[in-house]
Amino acid sequence: MTRREFLEKMGLGIAATAIPATFFSVVKPKQLFAQVAAEKSKVRWAFLVDTYKCVGCGMCVRACKLENEIPYDTSATRTWVERYVETKDGRRFADSPKGARDGFTSPLIDLGMGKTQEIKADEVQKAFFVPKLCNQCEDPACVQACPVGATYQTPDGVALVDRTWCIGCGYCIMACPYGARFFHPATHTAEKCTFCYHRITKGLQPACVDACAFGARSIGNLKDPEDPVTKIISTERVSVLKSEFGTKPQVFYIGLDEEVR
Amino acid sequence: MYPNPLIHGEAWTLKELFVLPNENIYWSLQIVCYPFMTGLVAGAFVLSSLYHVFGVKQLKDIARFALVFSFSLLFAAPMTLLLHLLHPERAFNVFSTPHFTSAIASFGVIFFTYASIVATELWLLFRKRFVEKSLALKAVTGKSFVQKIQYLFWTALTIGGFDISHETLERDEKAVKIMAGIGIPVALFLHGYVGFIFGSVKANALWMTPLMPVIFITSAVVSGIALCTVTYIVMNSIKKWLSARRAAKTRSIDAGVANIDLGVIKTTANYLLAFLVAAISLELLDLVFRGYTAVKSWDALRSVIYVHDFIPVFILQYGIGDLIPLILLLSPRLSLRRAAIAAAFVLFGIFMMRWNVVIGGQAFSLTFSGFMHYELPIIPHDIETYKEGIFGALTVFTVPFVLFYFIKKILPVDPEPKA
Repeated sequence: MTRREFLEKMGLGIAATAIPATFFSVVKPKQLFAQVAAEKSKVRWAFLVDTYKCVGCGMCVRACKLENEIPYDTSATRTWVERYVETKDGRRFADSPKGARDGFTSPLIDLGMGKTQEIKADEVQKAFFVPKLCNQCEDPACVQACPVGATYQTPDGVALVDRTWCIGCGYCIMACPYGARFFHPATHTAEKCTFCYHRITKGLQPACVDACAFGARSIGNLKDPEDPVTKIISTERVSVLKSEFGTKPQVFYIGLDEEVR
Repeated sequence: MYPNPLIHGEAWTLKELFVLPNENIYWSLQIVCYPFMTGLVAGAFVLSSLYHVFGVKQLKDIARFALVFSFSLLFAAPMTLLLHLLHPERAFNVFSTPHFTSAIASFGVIFFTYASIVATELWLLFRKRFVEKSLALKAVTGKSFVQKIQYLFWTALTIGGFDISHETLERDEKAVKIMAGIGIPVALFLHGYVGFIFGSVKANALWMTPLMPVIFITSAVVSGIALCTVTYIVMNSIKKWLSARRAAKTRSIDAGVANIDLGVIKTTANYLLAFLVAAISLELLDLVFRGYTAVKSWDALRSVIYVHDFIPVFILQYGIGDLIPLILLLSPRLSLRRAAIAAAFVLFGIFMMRWNVVIGGQAFSLTFSGFMHYELPIIPHDIETYKEGIFGALTVFTVPFVLFYFIKKILPVDPEPKA
């Protein structure tokens, strides 16, 4: 074999191995499969919150903590309820002590730093409760931000965390515009609401939906037009939180006030 | 049920008014140190490149020093991240399964590219020394065990290139120039990318601005030059003091340590001033722009900047860190001591700038109607309050100097004696 032949053959060999390699790196089979699965999936989970029905009892928060083994005494929680109060003289208050785990049973507003303020019933102009949870965004900022791919989106639209792979950098916590994420005190990994994925995929309701005695919370499948939740979302006036971030949140609210962020 | 009720961040976060239950200051002191450290790395490299690439002759003495210092700092920068991660044992996941939609994921690529450039440049600069050391030890007959190890060590450093003829060394010099030239954009990228990590967090009203990487880069160059100036002057004075003491002890004549050329420091100070002015302008532009456009987040940001963080922002960062050094450096008849003091103030100011970005960015709630106060853990009572407390930061600050002490033995940075 002459040198020329050798070089020619080697060039061909390199090209032959390089082309398939680049082919795969451009297409990324995993990504492709995930995309196909998402398109094929007959389910897109969405949540509906009717704020008019919420009384701020906090049963949903307790149920969630027990179901998902979030330490009961920590202030962090996968779901929480906020209380908004506007007085007749135009002052605005909002609080959510311990995520409303114990319910709003007192007229004292939690101002933080150990301070409270009492609002008497006849001072109140407007008051309401807003339950919150992960919005399971269509374009989740947390999934984009995870440097190791420990947070991912399932084909049916739920963002999950792989506790065995999370490095605990906290970038997803910073990236979430809704404050839905925190570090689990025991596993030290990023933690968030999963719509109770372990339950809904078995035909059960999320723990918070089951626990709500007033029907303020419900879950449905957006890809099923006959689903009662889908019907409400598609025919009634609903809104989402912080649409300006472009994450396309999938928790829809009835009766959302401008003040709620 | 899990027992421990305290979640990460709760130990040092105080909440005021309406803050969401999951909100805490999750990124604390180590994340303040991270951009500070990488900034020093990039800045020191740029300073050395001013000589190698742009041929600023006055900087010859400090250039070599800056490059070796940048190399020692380079190893301390990832330490901050390891101390910050809740699962540092999984840090390798960033390299094994990088998720490239995340700004952090490219850390491995950028970091190792930069590290290899600095290593190559250093190798080319010190190759002659490695070869000479190796050959000298080779010539020794009947080597002791230590000498054998030394011989192996220096020979390994040569990587088999023993040609130190005049032409080869000239070619090396050209290669150094090229490496330094490639190194500048990479160093700036290394730090600009840290700015991008913050600037691209759309959920954070204070961080999200395309100016962030640019502000980070200019302040990085400022901090790198400042650190080199301080260390250079302080090291020289220590050496002088040691030499004088030794002479006094042995009652011999002080052999003396070469004086620092004031011209070198003056040129360095001029570059420091130029980048400092650029950095301040950009930061003020950001502040003015936010106040002028006054979008929804401004009410919350204004109370953070002008009320809650008034002292760290206007006194510590702009006052001590920017205004005083400007006065010190611009006053006529600059002395070594004044330059060192000004540079030390600048360093402090840059640290406060990082602080105000990282901690300030978490000082307000996502609701814009609540605030969070950071209580720096001083006395550690568990591993977490050590890592993210003042002692963790001190560890990170000490490491580069310790490393530098050892690396300096292999790669000496003292200015060549003048003929």
